[in-house]
Amino acid sequence: MSGSLLPSAEEAYSSPDAQGFFGPYGGTFVPETVVPALRELADAFDAALADPSFGAELDALLTDYVGRPSPLYRADRLAAAVGLGTVWLKREDLNHTGAHKINNTLGQCLLAKRMGKRRVIAETGAGQHGVATATTAALMGLECAIFMGTEDIRRQALNVYKMRLLGAEVVPVAEGTGTLADAVTAALRHWVERVEDTFYVLGSAVGPHPYPTIVRHFQKVIGEEALEQLKQKGARMPDAVVACVGGGSNAIGIFYPFLRDVPADERPLLIGAEAAGLGLETDKHGAALTKGSPGVLHGFYSYLLQDEAGNPKEAYSISAGLDYPGVGPEHSYLKDAGLVRYEAVTDREALDAFALLARTEGIIPAIESSHALAMLPRLAAELGPEASVLVNVSGRGDKDMDIVREAGLGA
Amino acid sequence: MTAERPGSRLEAAFRKGQPALVVYLMAGYPDREASLRALHTVADAGADVIELGVPYGDPLADGPVIAEAARVARSVPGGFGLAETIEMASEFVEARRETGPPLVLMTYLNPLMRLGLSESASRMRGAGVAGVIVPDMPVEAARPWLGEAHGLDTVFLAAPTSTDDRIRAVCEASAGFVYCVSSLGVTGERDRLSDAARALVERVKAQTSLPAAVGFGISSAEQAAEAAAFADGVIVGSAVVRRQQDPDALAALVAELAEAVHGAERSAS
Repeated sequence: MSGSLLPSAEEAYSSPDAQGFFGPYGGTFVPETVVPALRELADAFDAALADPSFGAELDALLTDYVGRPSPLYRADRLAAAVGLGTVWLKREDLNHTGAHKINNTLGQCLLAKRMGKRRVIAETGAGQHGVATATTAALMGLECAIFMGTEDIRRQALNVYKMRLLGAEVVPVAEGTGTLADAVTAALRHWVERVEDTFYVLGSAVGPHPYPTIVRHFQKVIGEEALEQLKQKGARMPDAVVACVGGGSNAIGIFYPFLRDVPADERPLLIGAEAAGLGLETDKHGAALTKGSPGVLHGFYSYLLQDEAGNPKEAYSISAGLDYPGVGPEHSYLKDAGLVRYEAVTDREALDAFALLARTEGIIPAIESSHALAMLPRLAAELGPEASVLVNVSGRGDKDMDIVREAGLGA
Repeated sequence: MTAERPGSRLEAAFRKGQPALVVYLMAGYPDREASLRALHTVADAGADVIELGVPYGDPLADGPVIAEAARVARSVPGGFGLAETIEMASEFVEARRETGPPLVLMTYLNPLMRLGLSESASRMRGAGVAGVIVPDMPVEAARPWLGEAHGLDTVFLAAPTSTDDRIRAVCEASAGFVYCVSSLGVTGERDRLSDAARALVERVKAQTSLPAAVGFGISSAEQAAEAAAFADGVIVGSAVVRRQQDPDALAALVAELAEAVHGAERSAS
């Protein structure tokens, strides 16, 4: 795209640049101690991609262990309830362990084994990535430690129990607000100390290069399958594709193939739903793209909730998985490039969408995914009653029963 | 890249014929007045260089003692960050009339970016700060800062995990001294720490004539003396910050460290 300051979608999507920048975002801003490990990881990742046996081993696990492809389900009663023509649900909630997270943990743990690491660590917010990592570690015989904020441990007791049952050590992180951002910091800090024998399984499309690219690679199966399934069903290209965005791994997983493979004039509107928490007018939200400004956190440059002195601000969301002050660097690029639109959804809207899906379709979504579902009434108003919308249901809501009960749903 | 400047005050502090003691203090901890007093206390007790930490909300490279000190420092109304630290540094430098130990600011990258690289560098120069350490700015990412940082020595970190190529790049980009991270953070294992540190210092000194200072996990006079036997400088952080609230204990520790470092038997030139 000559004449533009920004690379075209195709240029941007062949890969980030050699330093891991998507436009100005991304990069590697970490202590020197970790830099060699990131280089080693980038080299191992490139080598794995060049080795057909790596892809074959991963594909076999995705099929037989995870249960892929996840169904693309046409939710007619939901569509009627929100006033849309068609709603497609990409059912990542039906994966083994109940969310999209396992796509990435299988890929990264296979990488860890190739690299000769015998121990993996991970951060977790809602606990879905922690459970997926603990599951994969059990499957592959790897030692496993999961860093989790004390507040999240309180909110997600069931997942904590699951991780321990799977043989992982759950390391409580009491610093800060005891949530996801603190868990990422603690995991990175621990990795600095144990970098020689430990692989850090990062759960979202965040962190220093090459993590955003690695996570996108392992999650793009979501969008690739969805495009194929639409074709198989003889369905037309949807008018919009919606996913929730915390760090942004399920969103980049479904968006990326639409950006890479679908020509711009046929491409659906791509919409990321951030957490507006108690409202964007309050300071209780997690809307880094809508309300933040660019800065460095956790080793990468991206939109960030920060104060005047450059300290990260506390994020808030009813959903532990969206309770993060930053966002993946590729999403920052996509926002600035106008390739994806980002909107924010409040706790209340997410709870309403949660209840609506449960009652119209008999599907209990994760409270994270409910933020994406909450975009449906807005899109009905914008696109009209004939429109077709694809929603990534990134996870199931079993883990959220206590939270929604506390919020008064189903009473 | 920053050219080595003849007459760098920071480098000169390591060239006094004996190993140098670098003392880390957290700015604004437990409050502004006490930390300003602590600067004078450690200067009087024999510190050759003072590394002044800027309180930050996500101190990735720091252990729990320094992270907690940063939290306390930031908790005052209006906060305490880079701008306040530079302003306090200026007051200290002025009071010592440039006879005190040179100050190196230790700040994470985001506060620098938030204040602006150019504005930050300008204010630091105006305050008489000698140098800056940015632990989350590896050499590849440093070009924008180095373009603004003329007149300031930017110190980069070398780690035991760094490849020879990376150590060369760190040495070429550094000014003032090279910060050798003495271990991967497994504190308490003294033999291992010492071996890793010595090997790293040797690799750094093979690449540069800059002073090589060792830090991370050094908490006692005995360890400091051990490191001073092979390094040009010894950096002590958490052990000092733990006593930063108590002027007498702070002075006693720094005096003890200074004696150990300055009197160390050199095992290498």
